Amino acid sequence: MRRRPNYLAGLGALLWLALVGLPLYVMLGATVQTRAEYSANGPLAFPRSFTLDNYVQDFSNGFGQYFLNTVVVTVSVVAIVLLLVPPLAFTIVRNRGRGTSGVFRLFLLGLAIPAQAVIVPMFYVISKAGLYDNLIGIILPTAAFCLPVCTLILTGTMRDITSDLFEAMAMDGASVRRTFFQLVLPLSGSGLSTIVVFSALQAWNGFLFPLVLTQSEETKVITLGLYNFRTQYGINIPGLLAAVVLSTIPVLLVYLFARRALVQGLMGVGGK
Amino acid sequence: MVSLTASVTGKRQTQRPAGRTIGRPGLAWALPATIFFALFAVVPLVLVAVLSFTTWSGLGSPEYAGFDTWVRVFQDPVMIKSLWLSVLLTVLGVVVQTPLSILLGVWAAGPQRNRAVLSAVFFVPLLLSATAVSVLWRALLDPNFGVPSQARWLFGDGNLFGTQTAAIGVLVFVSTWQFTPFHALIYQGATRAIPQVLYQAAQIDGAGTVRQFFHITLPQLRNSIITSMILMIVGGLTTFDTVLILTQGGPGTDTTISAYYMYDKAFKGFDFGAGAAVALMLVVVATVISLIVVRVSGYDKMAGTKEGL
Repeated sequence: MRRRPNYLAGLGALLWLALVGLPLYVMLGATVQTRAEYSANGPLAFPRSFTLDNYVQDFSNGFGQYFLNTVVVTVSVVAIVLLLVPPLAFTIVRNRGRGTSGVFRLFLLGLAIPAQAVIVPMFYVISKAGLYDNLIGIILPTAAFCLPVCTLILTGTMRDITSDLFEAMAMDGASVRRTFFQLVLPLSGSGLSTIVVFSALQAWNGFLFPLVLTQSEETKVITLGLYNFRTQYGINIPGLLAAVVLSTIPVLLVYLFARRALVQGLMGVGGK
Repeated sequence: MVSLTASVTGKRQTQRPAGRTIGRPGLAWALPATIFFALFAVVPLVLVAVLSFTTWSGLGSPEYAGFDTWVRVFQDPVMIKSLWLSVLLTVLGVVVQTPLSILLGVWAAGPQRNRAVLSAVFFVPLLLSATAVSVLWRALLDPNFGVPSQARWLFGDGNLFGTQTAAIGVLVFVSTWQFTPFHALIYQGATRAIPQVLYQAAQIDGAGTVRQFFHITLPQLRNSIITSMILMIVGGLTTFDTVLILTQGGPGTDTTISAYYMYDKAFKGFDFGAGAAVALMLVVVATVISLIVVRVSGYDKMAGTKEGL
C-alpha cells in the first residue's frame, strides 16, 4: 500500500515539536547562565557563558532535604502499593464470589474520586491521628489514591494467565500461597513494573497532599519546594528553573530505562 | 478414621473439578487493600458530606450547623462565579485539546521511523509534574523577565496575568501544553488497533487520505474519544496546582475556579465547612457530567466499533 507523504501533517507535527521543544530549550539555557546575564539578554538569547551556580545555589537553599523527603515518600508509597495490590488483584481475578465483585466495584468507583474532593476531611483525619506535618501523613493518602488505577492495571495482567496453568498447579496440590508466589507473581512482571512506575510517578509529582498536610521545612517535598522557590526567588528565574530541571532528572532517568512501563503507566494515569 | 476422611475428600474432588476450588484465594486476601482504601478514600468521602453541614475552623471540633453552611456558600457570588469559570475552562480545554490530540495521535501512529523519534520528545511534558510545568511557564511568561517582555509586538504590555481574558488564555494554553501528549498517546494506541482491511477497502474504492480519516479513523476512534473526553472533564474540573501557581485565582477573582475557591476557603480562610460543601459539589458535578457523556454516547453499552466487519 503506497501512500503519498502528507506534508501538511508533517508540518503540523514539526510545529508541535517546536512548541514542546522551545520552552525546554529556554529552560535548560536559562539554568546555565548567571542571573544578570539572563535578565540582560532575555529568555530567547543563546547562552554565552556556562555556570552550574544555579544548581549549587538550589542545594544550599534546602533542595537536598526536599529531594531526600521525596525519595522517602516515593519509596514508601511504592512499597505499600506492591504489598497491597497483588493479593487484591489475585483475589479479584480468581475468586468469583459476590464479596469480590463488590470489592472490585468499590475500586472502580474509587477511580472517579478526585483528591480535592477529600482533602478537607483528609486534613481532619490526619490531624486527629497526630500525623500532621509528618511524612507518614503524606504517604498513606498518596498510596491509597494509587490503589484503584494500580488494581485495574494488575487485574488486566493477571487475567491473561491461562486457567490451564492454575489447574495444573491445583493438580499438583499447590496451596493458594504457593500458586500466588510461584505462578501469579512471576507471570505478572509487566503489570508489576507498570504499577511501580505509575505509583512512583504519582508520589514523586504529588502536590496537593503535601501542600495541605505538611508545614515545616523538614517535611517539604520537591513539588512544595518548587512552589516555595517560586515565591521566594521571585525574579531569580535561572535559579528557579534549575530547581525545575533537578526535580525532573529522576523521572527522565526512569523514562530512559523503563520507557515501555512508563508509557503503559501514563496511559493509566487518567489526565491528572 | 483416616481412610474415611481421605475417601470423603476424594469424593469431593471428583464432584468438583480440582482447578475450580483449589488454589483460589479467599476474600481475606483482598481485605488489607480494601480496608486501607476505605480508610483513606471512602471514609473521607463520607466525611466531606458530614463536614459540609458543620462549621469548623481547623482547630477544636466541627460544630453542627445544618444548612447554614450551604446557604452561606451559595450567597457568596464568588462561589457561583467559580463554578462558571470551572465549566468554562473545562469546555475550552476539551475544545482545544481534542482535535489537537486526535491529529497528533493519528499522526504518531504511522509506521515511519521519524515519528517514533518525534513522539519520544512529545512525551516530555508528561514527565514534568503539574507544579514544574506551572513554575516553568510562570517564569517564561513573566511580565518583566519573560518572553512577552521581548515580543511586545505580539503581547502588548506583556502582562499576561493582568486581564481575565489573557489569564484564562494562559491557563488553557498551559494545560494544553501539558496534557495534549497524554491524550495523543490514547489516540495513538487506538489508531494502531484499527484493522488495516478497512483502509485497503477504502483505497480500492478510491477514497483519499482525508476521506479515509473522516470515514474510517474518526468513527473507529469513537470509544477513545469518549474516554479521553471524560478524563479531560474530570481533570479540568479539578485543576488546582496550575491555577495556584500561575494566577493565584487572579486578577481579583477572575480565575478563581471551584477547586481553588475550595482551597482558599478552607485552608486560607479557615472555613472548612464551606470548603467541604464546595468539594462535595465538585464531586457531584464531575460525576454527573461523566454519566451524561457516557449515557448520551452509548458508551455504557460498549457498542463495538467492529460492526460490519
